[in-house]
Amino acid sequence: MTETAVDKRDAFLRINNLHVWFELRRFGFGVVGHVKAVDDVTFDLHRGEAIAIVGESGCGKSSLMKTILGLHKPVKGEVSFEGKRLSELDRKGLRWYRAHVGYVQQDPYGALPPFMTVQRILEEPLIVHGVKDRAEREARVRRVLEEVKMHPVDDFLGKFPHMLSGGQQQRVVIARAMILEPQIIVADEPVSMLDASVRVEILKLLRGLQEAHNLAVIYITHDLSTVRYFSERIFVMYAGKIVEKGRVDDLLNQPLHPYTRALLTGTSEPDARNALTYKEVPPGEPPSLVTPPPGCRYHPRCPHVIAGLCDVQAPPEFQREKDHLTACWLYKE
Amino acid sequence: MASTLLKIQDLVLHFSTMRGPVQAVDKVSFDLGHKQAVVILGESGCGKSSLAKAILRLLPRNVAEYKGSIVLDGIELMTLSDEEFRQNVRWVRISMVPQAAMNSLNPVLKVGDQVAEPMLVHHGVDKAAAMEQAKKMFEHVGVPVDFLHRYAFELSGGMRQRVAIAMALVTAPALIILDEPTSALDVLTQANIFNVLKRIKKELEISFILITHDIATSSELADRVAVMYAGQIVETGDAMDFFPAPLHPYSQKLMASVPRLHGNKELEFITGQPPSLLNPPTGCRFAPRCEKRFSRCDEEPPVFERDGRQVKCWLYA
Repeated sequence: MTETAVDKRDAFLRINNLHVWFELRRFGFGVVGHVKAVDDVTFDLHRGEAIAIVGESGCGKSSLMKTILGLHKPVKGEVSFEGKRLSELDRKGLRWYRAHVGYVQQDPYGALPPFMTVQRILEEPLIVHGVKDRAEREARVRRVLEEVKMHPVDDFLGKFPHMLSGGQQQRVVIARAMILEPQIIVADEPVSMLDASVRVEILKLLRGLQEAHNLAVIYITHDLSTVRYFSERIFVMYAGKIVEKGRVDDLLNQPLHPYTRALLTGTSEPDARNALTYKEVPPGEPPSLVTPPPGCRYHPRCPHVIAGLCDVQAPPEFQREKDHLTACWLYKE
Repeated sequence: MASTLLKIQDLVLHFSTMRGPVQAVDKVSFDLGHKQAVVILGESGCGKSSLAKAILRLLPRNVAEYKGSIVLDGIELMTLSDEEFRQNVRWVRISMVPQAAMNSLNPVLKVGDQVAEPMLVHHGVDKAAAMEQAKKMFEHVGVPVDFLHRYAFELSGGMRQRVAIAMALVTAPALIILDEPTSALDVLTQANIFNVLKRIKKELEISFILITHDIATSSELADRVAVMYAGQIVETGDAMDFFPAPLHPYSQKLMASVPRLHGNKELEFITGQPPSLLNPPTGCRFAPRCEKRFSRCDEEPPVFERDGRQVKCWLYA
């Protein structure tokens, strides 16, 4: 990407040419193929910046996220944080890295151990990261619970996850992600399991924390309508590749890639006139990641396919406006 | 409004628990015309799924109170015996697509057999005729016919959801209850499923009760809207009137919490939590969280009529 105002903040997380493939094995035959979950993804994350990765299930967004968290190893390419490559970090180094990256899971109830109290859940990361003083741990637990607006704190410390509502559980998950004072938060569909009104509460809370601590946030979602309230840049992913990236307003108001356009038309807004017409939906389903189609991976579903080009050669990224890029042959100069 | 198909009046369903009676459905009334779709909007725990179960008489053992009136095509269902209800109503006149239907298919039966089963049970036809009917239903919901011989795990989430809809359709019921039909699906799959439902509604003589918390997608199917809060329906009206301007303060707040793709409106949320249905507040149940509450709200509001819409709020007295 070219030099812009955004880029003047220093990029401290770099994802470069990342490929995350999973081996497919058949008994007796060894490796018979690969699931190419993430295929050549490159982007930078700047201090204090909120970005969104948008895509449907199976597009590779969760694999990308888990690679950023250091849970999967890429087969090619790398993730580097503050100039250090993740692949070169030893155990101690990985621990240092993980203290800087908080993770907010999708399903709060599944993410919280059912047999631990809220206090114990929040103390755990501090113990792992060597905060030995019990009083200090308790003070930090209290501080972080105040921050996620779970007051009075004393009412919640002794509670188990099942005693909390969905919104409160998600607050505990956020508190756990925040307790080590990270610089990045990775949030995987943090609000998709919640009711409409609670959803807004949690989004506002995350936004508030982001601003107060100058956090960088990677927000992963399939729902374009929540993105605008939360992020500065959007990356649209399809079948393991980023097909379009741009600033939120540009991308929502002038979507370039046919897939982004389909996603936007597919998203409902509360309007009674919706019931009168059918929605335009591209035919078919996302391709298999084991044998993705040649050329542009969206071409079998694309209404604007250019025969002899889209189905042969994978499109490079074309720049339409400043900071607004798309991998689609329609925008070839 | 089209001629009335279903008329529900003062439907009550309370459960007895160790901590006392839970008032899951409390004096719910609404009606629904032929070939119409009504959306029951509400957040989790408001009793909307219990309402679906009450209509289909799929009741657990701890029912404390079950009364009121459900009239389908002029026939009172509440006075039918359980056996009559099973033979003549459930899955014959009213069927259901349960919540997370895509995960409720039998993993060891071929999906075609599962779709054909209600025909065998309720219409006493032979296997070949039932399979023929199942095949027709697959065409209606847009599932390739050769999928009849597949197992649930061989289908994508969207396809499984379509199979579940086919299963509800197969006996040609007058009414289908959809409980959160698209909440676990991706955007484009959601849009696809709603296209299927719209087509079914247009081509076949079928009415829908759509139960959901998702206001934005509910507008895809709604002719009428009923908003449910803490076991009660607080507002009903035509979709054309409701979506632009909801009346009840709860509906208004709910609408203001929906994220939009365009525009700059700030999102709002409702402070506090929905009340426990064990001992809901006396008076208006929304009053403790309502910004517009006043002295009268300590009394339970009746249902007021305004421009053909019904709202349970003292502001409209």
